[in-house]
Amino acid sequence: MLVLENLTVRRGLCPVVEAVSLTVAPGECVGLIGPNGAGKTSLLRGALGLLPATGHSSLAAMTPDARARAAAWLPQAREIAWGISVAHLVRLGRTPHLGRGLDDDGAVTHALARMGLENFRDRAATQLSGGEQARALIARALAQEAPLLLADEPIAGLDPAAQIATMRVFARLAEEGGAVIASLHDLGLAARHCTRLIVLSAGRLVADGPPREVLTPALLAEVFDIRAHLSDTPDGLVFQPLDTLHHHGGF
Amino acid sequence: MIPSPRLTQALLALVACLFVASLLTGPAGIPPGRGLVALLTGQGVEGLVMREIRLPRAMLGLAIGAALGLAGAAMQGFLRNPLAEPGLIGTSGAAALGAVLAIHTGIYASFALALPLMALVGAGLSTGVILALAGPRGSALSLILAGIAVSSLAGALTSLVLNLAPNPYAASEIVFWMMGSLADRSLLHVALALPFLGLGAALIATTGRGLDALTLGEDAAASLGINLTRLRLKLVLGVAALVGASVAVAGAVGFVGLIAPHLMRGAVGARPSRLLPASALTGAAILLAADIATRVIAPERDLKLGVLTALVGAPFFLHLVRRMAREA
Repeated sequence: MLVLENLTVRRGLCPVVEAVSLTVAPGECVGLIGPNGAGKTSLLRGALGLLPATGHSSLAAMTPDARARAAAWLPQAREIAWGISVAHLVRLGRTPHLGRGLDDDGAVTHALARMGLENFRDRAATQLSGGEQARALIARALAQEAPLLLADEPIAGLDPAAQIATMRVFARLAEEGGAVIASLHDLGLAARHCTRLIVLSAGRLVADGPPREVLTPALLAEVFDIRAHLSDTPDGLVFQPLDTLHHHGGF
Repeated sequence: MIPSPRLTQALLALVACLFVASLLTGPAGIPPGRGLVALLTGQGVEGLVMREIRLPRAMLGLAIGAALGLAGAAMQGFLRNPLAEPGLIGTSGAAALGAVLAIHTGIYASFALALPLMALVGAGLSTGVILALAGPRGSALSLILAGIAVSSLAGALTSLVLNLAPNPYAASEIVFWMMGSLADRSLLHVALALPFLGLGAALIATTGRGLDALTLGEDAAASLGINLTRLRLKLVLGVAALVGASVAVAGAVGFVGLIAPHLMRGAVGARPSRLLPASALTGAAILLAADIATRVIAPERDLKLGVLTALVGAPFFLHLVRRMAREA
């Protein structure tokens, strides 16, 4: 689905993503984690070819049209410039498919249903609350029906129910044979819902594997400067950050 | 791309009525029936008036109004800002400078088309400068800033020309031209403007899908397969052709490109692609109506079209801003 080889993204001379290599296969729900400024957004945008990068990215190597059908991108900035209806907003996800004789209406309806927005269909998107707008934009990315979804902090600002529901939708996409890479700051949700975590620190990939193996006390201390509680329970993996370590002096 | 059939039909009917009304309005006082017959036969003085004076005036009102409405809708969609207007990229200021130079140097006295031709040259040069300043991959913001720079420079140079005007008559001629008018234009003006207006409209017509996708921002639009560099090039060239040709034959006519998209945004569900044709038709209706009004309100005083559109447009725009503020 996605192959990165030595992907390096520079801002000026300074590399913000340095020599990242990874492969994402169908069925994976990948959480991309790391502190602020670790290079998560730059890695995703570089992989898509939206930022100039050196090294190889299987997505960036495609033509823009082919890439738009291979991967959907949900940017962190939640822009809705005009008060178009939610249905029309979600339909923008069909842009790469228009005129190809596919079931665009069906895709829109399906995406709205997945994000619980059936009753918002005809509402002006700009009149929705911030969280509802975020859900509508996720539905837009789902309507693109690309095998791979790259999402930049998709659940930031959502209420707990919507956060969990969104992570479930992502996990379901992976179960259906797609793949999701989502940058996340909520390590608890990442631990519970992702099949794999990739940890970025200062632009470098420092850990990659199942949540149980990645979220070690040593890594949490080194990368996130925190200590946390992690345990297997009947309800699944439970992760709770407990305190900062102030290795770097805190604030 | 196509607005609802009923809206399109209503707008088309309105524009057709205003076009005929424009043909039948004028100081010659020709009765409507005889005027239309004279237009078809071209016989006598009345045929001459209808074909050589009123027909080009009505055609230019229709075409330039549509051009300004279309350019305004395209600019607002591209910049994702309801306050954007077609002159924002500096084309109208530069075209006006070209025309003012033609008046100042007096070459248009010996060759009537020198004025619109020099305006077109000004518009073309400013477009080249804008594209060079903003770079091929620059953001919408760099385009706006480059446009402001070009507009300011063109405005300063126009002031300089006025400053250096050899006599008060030359200065007043320049000032009156800049107010914008469709009076005393010939079919030659129509023939000069139409190819540019057609080219601009054809370019803008292909931007609908890209403008829709830009609702989600530049990054998301690019990820949906929209080539932003090509979209921007088409938009700048299209708007420059529409606005440059409009200013070249009619002078500066403000507010039409700003207001036409606002009037139609609600009716088309705010979708930028559907706004393009609706705003073009609305722009045509506004300009035809305003041009009729200049002849009806003060037949003896040569009320300038640009003065009227600004007089009516500015308060109306304020009303729209207030309504938007209340809704927000």
